[in-house]
Amino acid sequence: MSLVNLRVNGTEHTVDVDPSTRLLYVLRNDLGLRGPRFGCGLGQCGACTVIIDGVATRSCVTPTSRATGEITTLEGLAQNGTLDPLQQAWIDEQVPQCGFCQNGQIMTAKALLDSNPNPTDAEIREGMAGALCRCMTYYRVQAAIKRVAAGAQDDGPASGEEAIR
Amino acid sequence: MTTFTKVPKTIEDILASQSAITSRRDFLKTSGALVVSFSAASVASPNGLAAAEGDAPRGAPAGPYPDPDIRQLDSWVVIHGDNTATFYVGKTDCGQGTGTAFRQMMCDELDIAFDDTTLVMGTTDTTPDQGGSGGSDAIQRDGWPMRRVAAEARRVLLEMASEQFGVPVDQLDVANAVISVTSDPSRTVTYAELIGDERFNVTLTGNNVNAISGVAEVKPVQDLRIVGQSPQRYDIPPKVDGSLEWAVDVRLPGMVHARNIKPEVAGATLRGFDESSVWDLPGFIRVVSRGNYLAVVCEREEQAIDASRRLQVDWEAPATAPFPTSEELYDYMRGATPTSNDNPRVVGDPDAALADAAQVLEAEYDFPFQGHTAFGPAHALADPSDGQMTIYSNDMKSYGMRNGIAEFLDMDREQVRVVWMEGPQAYGRTAADDAGFEAAFLAKEIGRPVRMQWMRDEETAWDTKGPAFTFSLRGGLNAQGELIALEYDAQAADHNHVGYNEVETVLISQLMGTRLPTPNRGRAATPSEFYAIPNRRTTTQVVGLPSIWETPLRTGNLRDPNGPQVTFASESFIDELAAAANADPVDFRLNLINGSTNEDNGFKRARSIAVIREAADAYGWDTRPSPKPLGSETILTGRGIAYSYRSETVVAEIAEVEVNRETGHVWVKRIVCAHDCGLVINPEGLRRTIECGMLHSLSRALHEEVQFDTEKVTSVDWISHPSLRHTDTPEQIDVLMINGDPNPDRPDLPHYGAGEAVCKPMVAAVANAIFDATSVRLRRVPFRDERVLAALRAAGV
Repeated sequence: MSLVNLRVNGTEHTVDVDPSTRLLYVLRNDLGLRGPRFGCGLGQCGACTVIIDGVATRSCVTPTSRATGEITTLEGLAQNGTLDPLQQAWIDEQVPQCGFCQNGQIMTAKALLDSNPNPTDAEIREGMAGALCRCMTYYRVQAAIKRVAAGAQDDGPASGEEAIR
Repeated sequence: MTTFTKVPKTIEDILASQSAITSRRDFLKTSGALVVSFSAASVASPNGLAAAEGDAPRGAPAGPYPDPDIRQLDSWVVIHGDNTATFYVGKTDCGQGTGTAFRQMMCDELDIAFDDTTLVMGTTDTTPDQGGSGGSDAIQRDGWPMRRVAAEARRVLLEMASEQFGVPVDQLDVANAVISVTSDPSRTVTYAELIGDERFNVTLTGNNVNAISGVAEVKPVQDLRIVGQSPQRYDIPPKVDGSLEWAVDVRLPGMVHARNIKPEVAGATLRGFDESSVWDLPGFIRVVSRGNYLAVVCEREEQAIDASRRLQVDWEAPATAPFPTSEELYDYMRGATPTSNDNPRVVGDPDAALADAAQVLEAEYDFPFQGHTAFGPAHALADPSDGQMTIYSNDMKSYGMRNGIAEFLDMDREQVRVVWMEGPQAYGRTAADDAGFEAAFLAKEIGRPVRMQWMRDEETAWDTKGPAFTFSLRGGLNAQGELIALEYDAQAADHNHVGYNEVETVLISQLMGTRLPTPNRGRAATPSEFYAIPNRRTTTQVVGLPSIWETPLRTGNLRDPNGPQVTFASESFIDELAAAANADPVDFRLNLINGSTNEDNGFKRARSIAVIREAADAYGWDTRPSPKPLGSETILTGRGIAYSYRSETVVAEIAEVEVNRETGHVWVKRIVCAHDCGLVINPEGLRRTIECGMLHSLSRALHEEVQFDTEKVTSVDWISHPSLRHTDTPEQIDVLMINGDPNPDRPDLPHYGAGEAVCKPMVAAVANAIFDATSVRLRRVPFRDERVLAALRAAGV
């Protein structure tokens, strides 16, 4: 065990862990965060995704000692009590079923749109391909991303039905 | 009114803590955004209220945990002093929005605004036992007692107002939890003023929870106002902002972490382990073992993972292989002696009809074992404090888990409770059951709260499986191309199909040596359609693999336990017969249904015609036989239809595919679904459930197969066990919700179930579309690129 410094959602933390401990377990068990979660431990599914210095990162395969940048988790997306536009789009589009994977969907989409604010449909599909969902909410995830990518041009539902509320 | 009896302690606490409750209303009043902040308020749950979507009720008193009395109105409905209400129901929402739908139904019956209510679900000492979830019957069956108790609460409140005003009930109006005198609307009284934070003390009747009723009648459909709207799901905001506490998130003081160590070979005997191989590891607490069950417990999670991998274990492989390889499975099943064999059901004289037929077709179909492979592997936390046992779990049948664990640990039922919390993907009998039992066993052994978490390879290899099937079908067409005889022969590898939560069904118990005297029989199902075929023979058999205990190929319910398999075979074969008759696949089906005059109470035959027509119209179906003439392009396109029903819900699905003849890759570009589940409670919620259910079956059609050698499952992660991805997503999904057939003389239907029904036809629709595009019939699932390519090459396409 040794002391490791982390900067998470704008706050400095010092944790006493084996530095090889995967970042996921420190975020969850030492810092009490609920956004990133265990899905595979192999970097294959996206459940554990956090953003480190702008890059969507699989915290389940990232040693804590390597997480030296600014870490943003799902909890850190809202600013001053206002949800990130992606989170709001997720509510407007009523995306989740069980919702367990949605951390991976939202954080992957956030990094995607931050680097490419107006992706094509093909770029969305490719960019999101590593974020798995076993309830198969992909159709609505893509619709929600398009809502945000389209910005003010189109606030209507992406899939054609009447607005929910 | 009668004397108050056993109402959940949680409700007692709420009734006793009026001051704490009013803070929620104040929060609402001072908040700008009512909808979002209401959800936030229910999540923040400062007083333990609305715990279903909030933090686990750790402040609740230590047991015992008696059953809420299902015959007390107070167990179901509480009116608060701020004129809001909380509903308590014994169901669990696996992510289809049933909680929101229940709230809508109960709000309508109680006459209270949706936003002025919360709903608590599925915790055994808090909510009346409605069994948790399963069978897609939450709305169809469990919604009725909910509606009746809410209606009863409204009736009692109206009677109280009648007494207060001295005005008969039929001269009172009620809206949004306020009762007024019809002749003088200035005279009003709120529900809260009548009964806020006090008990109803009303006894209900009914021999079981499904029959629970008061005196009041439920409203006719025409008077429902909130049902049929699409209020947003209350559970979604805390799921997207990271605030929701899920079952995986619960942390208790003194909690430790456990990991299982599974046998290297299925059915292996644990000869021993060398605990000294992990003694030196930091945080190590104990190795726990009984029979062939083995787990390690450590202070920290990463330590438990490390210890589980380093522990030196001596397994003795079984004398005989537990199963054939997955490639040999279907030959094995066809050659196996059935463990159970239903008498063939015979209609007419199929032998004579087939002998006379102008054309006879035969085909065999194979469907693999498929797993739940929950996105979040199985997990649970068990707290043995104060000689009680509390299990925090996402298991959809929390009530059964409580009973099973009490028996397993030889504890009194009232010492055990299961706190249901949100979790990943509970589509049937998942390993969440197993993890709950394991955590409780270890917690009792260790004497500290134990968190059990399965790893990815463990989940994918060892969760319960939907049974593999083989099918042999034979059909006879007459000279006019009419289907005159059909033989259906199904074999399911379903011997010892596990149930829910019974001690002998969970893996830990089997590993410890528990055996049922007689293994569960299992089942091979028959097709669900309304085709009028004059001569039929239907045969169903169950076969067993060599190992049926302690095996990773344990079968259990997976989202419509037999439907995708059976409908793949039956609706593919109907398509083959249509092609042989040179008939359009839609026309061929409609003619088969029109040939019957048998109608059931739910008009399922007429509704079958309606959904097939609606789907075809919406798709823009061009009437012609399949396959279409083979093109010369690299990308071949085609469309296929399949139809089925489940319980009272009728579904037709059309898939449009693109098949890459150079790679074998199949993309389902468009799906159209016509869906009739009777009265729809929340259309937008239902739309998403339908979309996702169909895509789940699309994943099963294109990707999913449990693969194994003669010792173990070899498909263990998202590479070796692929699943649908964003890149597979259709470009367009059209969902048509229909209630009743087009005959205007027939009444609106009641609310039936939704969810699993749409899982049934998709695999066949895709297979039929691939045939339409390529002239190649795929008779084995899944349709992975390499298999499709091999089939195309073999056919010279």
